[in-house]
Parts: sequence; C-alpha cells; structure tokens
Amino acid sequence: MVTPTRVVIALCLVAPFVAMLWVGSYAKTDPQFIGIPFFYWYQMLWVLLSTVLTMTAYKLWQRDQRARSASKGGASR
Amino acid sequence: MNDGVNGVALAVFIFFFLLVTAMGFLAARWRKAENEHSLDEWGLGGRSFGTWVTWFLLGGDLYTAYTFVAVPAAIYAAGAAGFFAVPYTILVYPLIFTFLPRLWSVSHKHGYVTTSDFVRGRFGSKGLSLAVAVTGILATMPYIALQLVGIQAVLDVMGVGGGENTNWFVKDLPLLIAFGVLAAYTYSSGLRAPALIAFVKDTLIYIVIAVAIIYIPIKLGGFDEIFAKASEAYSQTNPATGAPRGALVPSEAGQWTYATLALGSALALFMYPHSITATLSSRSREVIRRNTTILPLYSLMLGLLALLGFMAIAAGVKVSNGQLAIPQLFEDMFPDWFAGVAFAAIGIGALVPAAIMSIAAANLFTRNIYKDFIKPDATPKQETQVSKIVSLLVKVGALVFVLTMDKTVAINFQLLGGIWILQTFPALVGGLFTRWFHRWALIGGWAVGMIYGTVAAYGVASPTQKHFGGSSKEIPGIGEIGYIGLTAFVLNVLVTVVLTFVFRAVKAPEGVDETRPQDYTADAGDAGVQVELPPATAGSSH
Repeated sequence: MVTPTRVVIALCLVAPFVAMLWVGSYAKTDPQFIGIPFFYWYQMLWVLLSTVLTMTAYKLWQRDQRARSASKGGASR
Repeated sequence: MNDGVNGVALAVFIFFFLLVTAMGFLAARWRKAENEHSLDEWGLGGRSFGTWVTWFLLGGDLYTAYTFVAVPAAIYAAGAAGFFAVPYTILVYPLIFTFLPRLWSVSHKHGYVTTSDFVRGRFGSKGLSLAVAVTGILATMPYIALQLVGIQAVLDVMGVGGGENTNWFVKDLPLLIAFGVLAAYTYSSGLRAPALIAFVKDTLIYIVIAVAIIYIPIKLGGFDEIFAKASEAYSQTNPATGAPRGALVPSEAGQWTYATLALGSALALFMYPHSITATLSSRSREVIRRNTTILPLYSLMLGLLALLGFMAIAAGVKVSNGQLAIPQLFEDMFPDWFAGVAFAAIGIGALVPAAIMSIAAANLFTRNIYKDFIKPDATPKQETQVSKIVSLLVKVGALVFVLTMDKTVAINFQLLGGIWILQTFPALVGGLFTRWFHRWALIGGWAVGMIYGTVAAYGVASPTQKHFGGSSKEIPGIGEIGYIGLTAFVLNVLVTVVLTFVFRAVKAPEGVDETRPQDYTADAGDAGVQVELPPATAGSSH
C-alpha cells in the first residue's frame, strides 16, 4: 500500500543514488573548503547527508510499522 | 625503506599483536552458549550480536587492511578515480536497509547459515545453490590473500622480512607467524574472535586517522599546499602511457567509469559471504536497520583516509609499489612509537576480515557442498568440525597464493572476484522479493554474467599488464567506459528475464519454495524464529 510516509521513505533511500551517480554535478574543484577541492568535500558531505536520510527513513519506517500493527490489532508485523 | 629495522615501531606493533592474540583465544568464552558444537555457534557467534558488535563486525568486513592500503594507493597513483570508494560506501547503506532485514528474517526462520542455504530453500535448486556457493568461495579466496598483502606492506616498511636478498624463510617468517596465530584462534573461537578483536582494530584505526588527518596537514603546510602539489604531480606526463598521471577531478569521459564502479561495487558488497555472515550473526532485524544509520561513520573515515593519498604525494613519498605509499608516509611523518600504532592498526585490520572471510567461506563449503553433495546426514557436530578444518585450509591456500605467486595475481583475482560475486545478485536479492524468476533462468543468467565478466576483464590491457589491466571497459551499445561487473550484471538480468519467459512457456518444473511470504518480515520473538542465546547471557558489553 502506498502511503505518503512510504513515499518519503523511498525518496530518502533513492536520493543518495541520484546525487552520487550524477558525477557531472560535482566534478569540479571550486568552491574549495579549507583548501580541499569541491569534488572531495562534497562527497564527504554526502556521507553525513545520507546518514541523516537513512536515519529519517528508519524513524519513519518504525512509526509506519507501529501504526500498521496497531491498526491490525498487533496481529502481525 | 629497508634501511634497517624500526625497533620502536616494531615493539609497539608486537605489543598490539600479542594483545589481540590473547583476546582471540579468550573470545571463545565470551557470551558462551550451552551447545558449542553447532555451526550457528562457531560460524555465526550464536546469532546473538547486538547493534554495536554487529557494527564492529561489519566495519571489520568493509574496511579491511587492503582497503586501507589500496584506496589511498589508488589516489596516490591516479587521483580522483580512486575516490569512488566513498560514493560506493554511501550507496551501500540504503541497499542494506532495503534487503538485508528480509534476508535476516527468512534465515532465522529457516536456520539458514549462508546465502546459498536461502537460495536452495527459495528455489528448490541445489544446482543454483551450488553456483552461488562456488562463486562465493572463489571470490573470497583472493580477498583473504590480499589481506596478507596488506600485512606484508606494513612489515616491509618496518624493515622486517622485506629485504630481497634474505632467504625466503626468514623473509616470510613474520607473515607465517601472524597467520599461524590467526588460524589457531579462528579455529578455537570461531566468529567470536574477530568480533572481539574488531573493537581493538577500529579504536586503533580511528585514533590513527584522527591524528593523521590533523597532524600531517599541519606538517605539510595545510590542504591548500597539499592539493597544489598533488595537482602539479598529476599533470606530469607518465612516460609509459604518454598521458598525464591523473587528475584532481574526473574528466568527462571518466565520469561513467566513476559512477558505474561506485554502483557496481555497492551492489556487490553484500553478496560477499563474509558480509552476510556478519549480518546473520546479529540478534534481531532491528539491529540491522539501526546499523545502517551508524555504519556511514566508516565512510567518513574512508574518505579522510583517501586524502592521505594526496598527502603522500605532497610529502614527497616516492615508492615504486603504490601499496607502500601509506605505510611509508606514516613512517616518514610520525614519531616511531606512533608509526608502530599505525602499523598495528593496519596489521590487525588484516586479521579481522581474514578471520571472518575464512569462516564465511568455510560455512559455504560445509553447508552447500559437503552437506548437500557429499554427506547429507552430517550431524551439527560434524558440520562444525568440517567448517573449522576448511577455514584452516582456506587460509593456508591464501598463504600459498601470496607466497608463491606474484602479488598482481592476487589483485587480478580480487578484481575478478568482485565481478563474479555481483552475478549472484539476481538469485539472492531477486529471490528475497519475488519468486517470479525461474531457477534455471537464474543459472543461465549467472553463467552468462560470469563468462562475459571474465572474458571482458581478461581483455583489458594496461601499460604494465597485457591482461586484467583494469576493471572497466567500453559498455557495448552505450560506448562509454564502464565497470565490467555492472555490464555483466545487466546482461545477467536480461538473460534471466528472457529465459524465465521461455521456461514458463514450456512449463519447466519450478521447484519447491519452502518459504512463505510472512517469513520475510518475521522478527525475533515471533513464533518459530529461533533465538539461540537467552538474552540474559547476552546483556554484557553493549
């Protein structure tokens, strides 16, 4: 069943793929950050972004599961 | 290098080595279960590990000594192209989040120890399960061998056993000792040994990287200076190819390679038997999902580590073998005692994954070759015994491999291993979500992917090698240069889909599926899900 929560979960999980596989969007040296070219710090920034996104997906998923088991009377998970 | 033994560094290295050896043997008593003669106990640590232990174990798998040596070495050699390891590990986590909990559930419900167990249960096909098992073992062996290459690099730089003119026995003795010890405690403690040692390994590695990333740039005059020097070095023309050595940013043409390598490697990672072993040893489904939110810490570490490759250039490290660049950088930059800590981190970083990998390969052999084809009525005790012995043989095999053959052979096989292991993806991940694929079609797709991948990799030449010169090649039909493994994988899926239609049309027997839809979402505590260890004994260290 497609619910808004699940769409958000899916988006959180797909976003890193779009960002990382679109190499052209970050294959440049400027702007630099403390002397590190953009190409490198941008990808490391994505480590943090993807962590936040996966955490969001995890929290939403937990809530979704609880809501579902509550509506089913806790019969199954 | 090889200008005498670095005594202080060596002493520190030996201290840590003795420490983890003691831990390895004591690990057998850690959270011990009543029945130690089962494969679940020895090969999966009783399936009892919580979030933190699983995190350390998975980290031990993902970030091996070879990674620590090879990723910065790739940067040192060619620049940006080597950085694909970072997007690769970023993509791994959403993937884990999506399919591993399902694998965990179905494996616990049915007592599967390996991925091949699952494939056999799902598709009712011993042939397909054998294909997956053999691929897993083949791909793991060179990986273990490369861990030895990592240890060798460290020993070389410390000045022990590195000299070309010493006789082979003296030269290889340190490596033989390290592996003898590793083999002994893996044999006696099973998966508990690497799980416990992984704590030491990761702590050391975090300390070393934190220090390196602050201390070395200060010594070298800041990142500006480092990247300026690196950029200059990359623009120098390589006499062998007539092209620049590398670049700080991938060129237009290199972007396909970069993206396909990242994606292909991410898809392949959790097909490796040792990653699955670490996953299945976790206590609950939640542990895995929770882990995907903390595992990226390792990616960050890997990114920082990769930057060391630039620092090696800026520091003027000149090595003929790129593998030695990072150990040499540590030796040049750090005081002796801290260089010892850094070398210990890399050395122990080799022992942990080598132990997990040999256990994983042994489990595959025992469950899917020995039990399925040689001795179907083996008792759990016999299974464990066979696994223990095979784990020894696998390590001896890797040792012989490294000592007798050129290092490039191990690296070539590792490259092939990555391409091969990716070909088990449709059967495993496909099987987790749908039963639509026909089992024979999956075997067909697998075979085509394996053959294409091997032939294509064989045909890649580099300035130094006629064959297996790299892992990327022109993608047929697209014309861009891409990762061979991913091309083979796409081919594999296409063949599988077409053949599935064919086999369904001719009504070929589908095989018995012993799993039910609800098995894929079962969690610890649900009816029929085995919990080997009572929680009371498991509440120790996390």
